Amino acid sequence: MTLNRRNFLAGTAAMTGAAMLPKAVLAADAIKLGSILDTSGIFDAYGKPMDMALRLAVNELNGAGGLLGRQIEVVSYDTQSDMALYSQYAQQLTRQDKVDVVHGGILSASREAIRQTMRKNKTLYFYNVQYEGGVCDRNIFCNGLTPAQQAAALVPWALKEAGGKKVYTLAADYNYGQITARWIQKFVEEAGGEVVGTDFFPLDVADFGATIAKVQTAAPDLVIAPLVGGAHLSFFRQWAASGMKDKIPLASTTMGVGNEHKVLTPEEGNGIMVAYSYSQDLETAENASFKDRWTAAYGDPTALHELAVSTYYGVHTWAKAVAQAGSIERDAVTAALETGISVDGPAGKYTVDPKTHHATVDVHLMKVQDHKMKVIETLSQRPPIDTQAVCDLNANPDDNTQYEIQI
Amino acid sequence: MPGRFVKDVWVTVLVTAVLIWIMPLLIGTYTLTVLVIYGMLGLSLGLIWGFGGILCFGQTAFFGLGAYTYAIAAINIGESTLPMILAILVPAVFAALLGAMMFYGRLTDVYLGVITLVVTLILFKFMNSTAGPQYVIGKARMGGFNGIPGFPTLNVPGDPDTYIWGDPYFYVCAVLLALVFLLVSALLRSSFGRVAVGIRENETRASLMGYDVRARKTVLFAIGAAIAGLAGALFANWAEIVTPSLFSLGQSAEIIIWCIVGGLGTRLGPIVGAAGLAYLKFLLGQQAVVDNTLITGLILVLFVLFLPKGIVPALVGLWKASFGRRPLGRIHQARRMRGGERANG
Amino acid sequence: MDLAFVILVEMLYAVASLILIGAGLAVVFGMMKVINLAHGEFMMMGGYATITAVNLGVNIFVAMLVVAPLVVGLIGLVVERLVIRHLYGRLVDTMLATWGLSLFFIGLVTMIFGNTTTGISTPIPGFAVGDYQINGYNFFVILAAIALLIGVLLVLRTTRAGLVARGAMQRSDMAAALGYSPDRIYMATFFCGSALSGLAGAVFAPLVGLVPTSGGAYIAKAFITVIAGGPSLVAGLLSSAGVFGIVSQIFTFAISPVIGEVALLVAAVILLRIMPQGITGRFFKGRL
Repeated sequence: MTLNRRNFLAGTAAMTGAAMLPKAVLAADAIKLGSILDTSGIFDAYGKPMDMALRLAVNELNGAGGLLGRQIEVVSYDTQSDMALYSQYAQQLTRQDKVDVVHGGILSASREAIRQTMRKNKTLYFYNVQYEGGVCDRNIFCNGLTPAQQAAALVPWALKEAGGKKVYTLAADYNYGQITARWIQKFVEEAGGEVVGTDFFPLDVADFGATIAKVQTAAPDLVIAPLVGGAHLSFFRQWAASGMKDKIPLASTTMGVGNEHKVLTPEEGNGIMVAYSYSQDLETAENASFKDRWTAAYGDPTALHELAVSTYYGVHTWAKAVAQAGSIERDAVTAALETGISVDGPAGKYTVDPKTHHATVDVHLMKVQDHKMKVIETLSQRPPIDTQAVCDLNANPDDNTQYEIQI
Repeated sequence: MPGRFVKDVWVTVLVTAVLIWIMPLLIGTYTLTVLVIYGMLGLSLGLIWGFGGILCFGQTAFFGLGAYTYAIAAINIGESTLPMILAILVPAVFAALLGAMMFYGRLTDVYLGVITLVVTLILFKFMNSTAGPQYVIGKARMGGFNGIPGFPTLNVPGDPDTYIWGDPYFYVCAVLLALVFLLVSALLRSSFGRVAVGIRENETRASLMGYDVRARKTVLFAIGAAIAGLAGALFANWAEIVTPSLFSLGQSAEIIIWCIVGGLGTRLGPIVGAAGLAYLKFLLGQQAVVDNTLITGLILVLFVLFLPKGIVPALVGLWKASFGRRPLGRIHQARRMRGGERANG
Repeated sequence: MDLAFVILVEMLYAVASLILIGAGLAVVFGMMKVINLAHGEFMMMGGYATITAVNLGVNIFVAMLVVAPLVVGLIGLVVERLVIRHLYGRLVDTMLATWGLSLFFIGLVTMIFGNTTTGISTPIPGFAVGDYQINGYNFFVILAAIALLIGVLLVLRTTRAGLVARGAMQRSDMAAALGYSPDRIYMATFFCGSALSGLAGAVFAPLVGLVPTSGGAYIAKAFITVIAGGPSLVAGLLSSAGVFGIVSQIFTFAISPVIGEVALLVAAVILLRIMPQGITGRFFKGRL
């Protein structure tokens, strides 16, 4: 897709000015970083802080003199939580704006909607969100946690804390929930436990009364609840309201990603066990300084969450690779990333896994305590074992699939 | 009046040709393609609602069904010709069954709206809950919330390796829209179309005159669904992924809004409304000053309050007022079809 | 035995919540033939009003039962004066305008409160029934629904205002000829309907995680319940909420929550196919 009739005519007519000029003219100017996120509509609670984190990272890089002596310019689009707009803006970013790299996408569906466009147009793509794992494509880098990274750490610990063997799983009914539920089953069995029941809930279910009664008939020792979003938060409310919280302990791989633990009162939230790569309450110097910078830029840091932090890492990882490669060309940057670049930041060390283009990260086992997450134990540098089981980009560099991981 | 129709065809072909030539200079073809597809979707509801008086809250059910049918069939068959045909047939048959159930049960206006809404919600919930590995049709995984990516896209019929995408795909969609537009025009000009408008105006009168109202409504409903299904298949080809959000309540409402804003009871109105509002949404996403949901809502309220007849009838009114008795040929026809006291409505 | 009791409570709760969700819409639709698609957002705002009031130190029951209905009622009043009153008698246009309003309110609330989930905890503790724990708040919801139905019935039956409202509902021209301004009556009705929506939103606030888009989850259910109920206000609401609540809970218990939701929708389709004018279009004709 270089010069066709349309661009030619448009160029002659000079209708849209600079946007249509050939890339060579712009090359001396800023490096273009494309951002494509839902900053309005139903997913904006995730998208807005991600957008802020991306801009924070870019401002820091620009403040330090930019990349390769050039400033970075953010070209951003708000997809308004509409999947069709993802396709449109992806085309806009790659064909008209001709950006050098794209960061963004929140839901897995949005990633799959634009991933092929990025690949076809040879534009490097960073997807910085916790997701179900299995994407195997040399053009994309995913640095979010995958189910096995969380479940492998969370399940044995939660079982030990609960002091029992029987587990009941309540998961969100979509791909992430389904796959996570299967990993939970695997790790529960490995730890010598037994899953006595699994229920899936569509994302708009907000009434869990019947479910709570059903869980009680199964009498498990531990409930693991990878539930997602505002409606599902009702479960934690209703669980506490029916007085179950002190009877059966709860663990979750998702509660807290959107800072839900700040909404639950201490009586509702305290004691819920979670495992993430980041929490605002990590007591490290890097995190304190990161939160200071965030406050300086945007004020209140309470909206900050793991997805925002992994977006921040995504930008810095890319920047480090560009600096190492001395170029913004896709192949050079990819090669630099595949040397296994590490970036230190508020959540500890993120390392690119060359084989899968996923990330090796620190996972913190935490308990909710008075609107905060108290770190109980930190497991350093957990590799993305689920994706590693199916994907090897060293051996098959042309792979372009999202594998369903068989467990 | 075959003479008039021939003139209509010529005007349509001419206007389409000019638009296909000019529009890509102003807007990227990739975005234009989806505007054209939405236009076709708008037209499908404009036909059954504006001319048949059937307010369907679930036009998106047929759109989504078309898209899913195409995706699933394309994965299983490996080429696109048969899946395209299936994507038109499946929604049409589904609509015929649903329509028969509703119209032979003598459901009208708001009750009909609820049934169509509920059927859409059922499809939405069902598609969303198919994430598990047990939901497979042939080789195609349903994928639940994440939808189905990676199916073969449109190819030249008989040559599965030559894909149609990029600019050529835009021309295909634009020509298809023009064809559908002409078919709709021909349909409305036929006795079937005239009776349909008669039924809209007064159902009892039409049935007393001996027309089988229920059968005719069912057929019209199915035709509308077939057009929506075609639009769905084209959309699937454009987006290269289908997700349950195609069936969402928001998407259904948007189609209704397109028709109202563009102008109900005209053929052009829903197309203009669909393309215009979708483009507005695209433009809004490029700014970050005000919340986009708020702006969309405000535009809608202002439209209903101050321009309730829609853009196209208002423009026609303006044209008439400015240039006396020289109406635009095809809109004039459309307005004639609507007849009587609601000519401007 | 204990389980049977728990299931019974859950069913009653499901029925009660459908009544609460549908009430505001039913009043506005039943009396004025206006379908308020911003109904869900009115509920959402009722929830936000409650949470804000509680955070300001108001007693939670006062916040739920007084503050939220008043605030949302007043918002409804403004909406009626600015938008709805220009559109009476144009069913589709009001639906469209209220759909626009719903988007507008989502945007507005997002700009004011941000898009993160908020909530308050339930004021009533859970308690044990044999081996089972029940959410004590369920009983409050059931009581609230009963009180609401009785309240609406009493107002319509025994008060002068109720009589006038019923008169205007049947023949607005007659009511006008007798000296009652339909404009005023509609305004008051819309205020009451909005207040009921606000109340419902407030009652659910402690049970859910509230976000500006929460309203969307209610509107379809409310719409279906009200339309399937048919023309009678109280009897219609009660009967359709009864059918749908029980059907969905049976399937939720027996199979899964998804099937429960789908069962509700399928029940609605079958019901409307058999009774095209809603339940009270066939039974309880002419009752309230």
